Amino acid sequence: MLTNLFNGIGLGSVYAIIALGYTMVYGIAKMLNFAHGDVIMVGGYASYCTMMYLGWPPAAALLFSMAICTVLGVLVERLAYKPLRNASNLAVLITAIGVSYFLQNAALLIWSSNPKVFPNIFNMPFFQGVTASAASVSADAAAADTASSGVFSVKQRGTLITIVVNLIIMAGLTLFTSKTKMGKAMRAVSEDRGAATLMGINVNRTISMTFAIGSGLAAIAGVLLCATYPNLVPTTGSMPGIKAFVAAVFGGIGSIPGAMIGGILLGVIEITARALVPTVPSDIFVFAVLIIVLLVKPSGLFGKTVREKV
Amino acid sequence: MSETMLKVDDLNVYYGSIHAIKGISFEVKSGEIVTLIGANGAGKSTTLNTIGGLLKAKSGTIEFEGRNIGGTPAHKVVKEGMALCPEGRRIFQQLTVKENLEMGAFTRNKAEADETIEQVYEQFPRLKERVKQVAGTLSGGEQQMLAMGRALMSKPKLMMLDEPSMGLAPILVDQIFDIIVKLNKAGTTILLVEQNAQMALSIANRAYVLETGKIVNHGTGEELLHDDSVRQAYLGG
Repeated sequence: MLTNLFNGIGLGSVYAIIALGYTMVYGIAKMLNFAHGDVIMVGGYASYCTMMYLGWPPAAALLFSMAICTVLGVLVERLAYKPLRNASNLAVLITAIGVSYFLQNAALLIWSSNPKVFPNIFNMPFFQGVTASAASVSADAAAADTASSGVFSVKQRGTLITIVVNLIIMAGLTLFTSKTKMGKAMRAVSEDRGAATLMGINVNRTISMTFAIGSGLAAIAGVLLCATYPNLVPTTGSMPGIKAFVAAVFGGIGSIPGAMIGGILLGVIEITARALVPTVPSDIFVFAVLIIVLLVKPSGLFGKTVREKV
Repeated sequence: MSETMLKVDDLNVYYGSIHAIKGISFEVKSGEIVTLIGANGAGKSTTLNTIGGLLKAKSGTIEFEGRNIGGTPAHKVVKEGMALCPEGRRIFQQLTVKENLEMGAFTRNKAEADETIEQVYEQFPRLKERVKQVAGTLSGGEQQMLAMGRALMSKPKLMMLDEPSMGLAPILVDQIFDIIVKLNKAGTTILLVEQNAQMALSIANRAYVLETGKIVNHGTGEELLHDDSVRQAYLGG
């Protein structure tokens, strides 16, 4: 039971990191970026290629894939979504799905449909470097990893790293949005775009920034995901992407702590369901959560009920 | 006479095919309080939003201190030295009072912002008491003060106020207008849009009357207060 909980939190942490990208983009650009899951896949391939073909250490590969995904996220926003800034929500949504298929098929063209077997980076001595560079980890976290490496199996070690990385990202983002000028500006844009413009905040730049952060995080999620489930194919990102979307809705879309809690709860539900009723595919439970949330509390756990002033 | 700060010439604004502003021209001189009065839908807010860069004019020029600012995007207009305090206040409800004020100084550096924030606290002691409070929990009057304080944070030469008295109790309306006069005496030029014509005219140096997108009358505040047509239309006979 405890193992299930532990693994659930580990899987949930990956969902949480992906869900952050959904929720931040939704909060600021007011759109659902359904291509977000495929950015994860690109991140996975980018780190795979640099590690396998160029022999880079995992830390460098992670940084490289973060850079690639950040650029990709900003580029997608500029080319596909920005021209639709004043278009209907439906047009933007359909475009996002189009971008998703575009990325998947581009990956199919480049890397073919044969699965690539992602190296188990958690088993390499470099992995402390991975966590260290992931989000400028404190010495404590690295020390904790080293101390635990004797006690835990490789898989457990990976889960632990995933959880720690998630916590660091969450703390970093919370600090960013509450303490920095740019972070506060993001919250201002999220609440009232027009009023934010009047303050001198460049809304387009803020939206680009959000896509950059969300996509950079997607790269981290991609590497963590592939290290745990090593079969890398062009559709690798779509299922975790959709589940992370469920997590974001569960937690309350637009809310950063909501993405965290929603992601972790969803991971725990998925793993527990898989253990308790192994005959039923666990995805059923994940999507049942979405349906129940939408029926019972559409604003999610941490969602703000928006008051419409008349 | 003092020099012209803002000069609007033959401005035309459309919402799709609706011609909302029909070739209006007016000016605001340095140190003045100028008010635009008129009924609902006369185009008062549209005029302010166009000057503030939120809307695009179809034709006409907007000059601020001799520079043409027509078509400048809203986030750059602030740097020119203009602040718009929008209709309905539009403070950031989920941010704290302090964060709202910091956003007002977004285009300035921290040292400048810290200096101005003290002046704003002096002007609005109520805000200082509530710096850490989330803005959405403030009362209507406090929210209006916050909206004005936030606009002041950019240290504007010209402050545009859109319906600052809307939805406030009469005693608060008096307070807000006192503050506007005080700000003006401290050196900020004011362009005020109001439905409360009586109050607006009583503090304004000059006023323009808007009717369905056109300026139909103008004069000093005093003149218009006693003008028969204005009295009948806006001051209740």
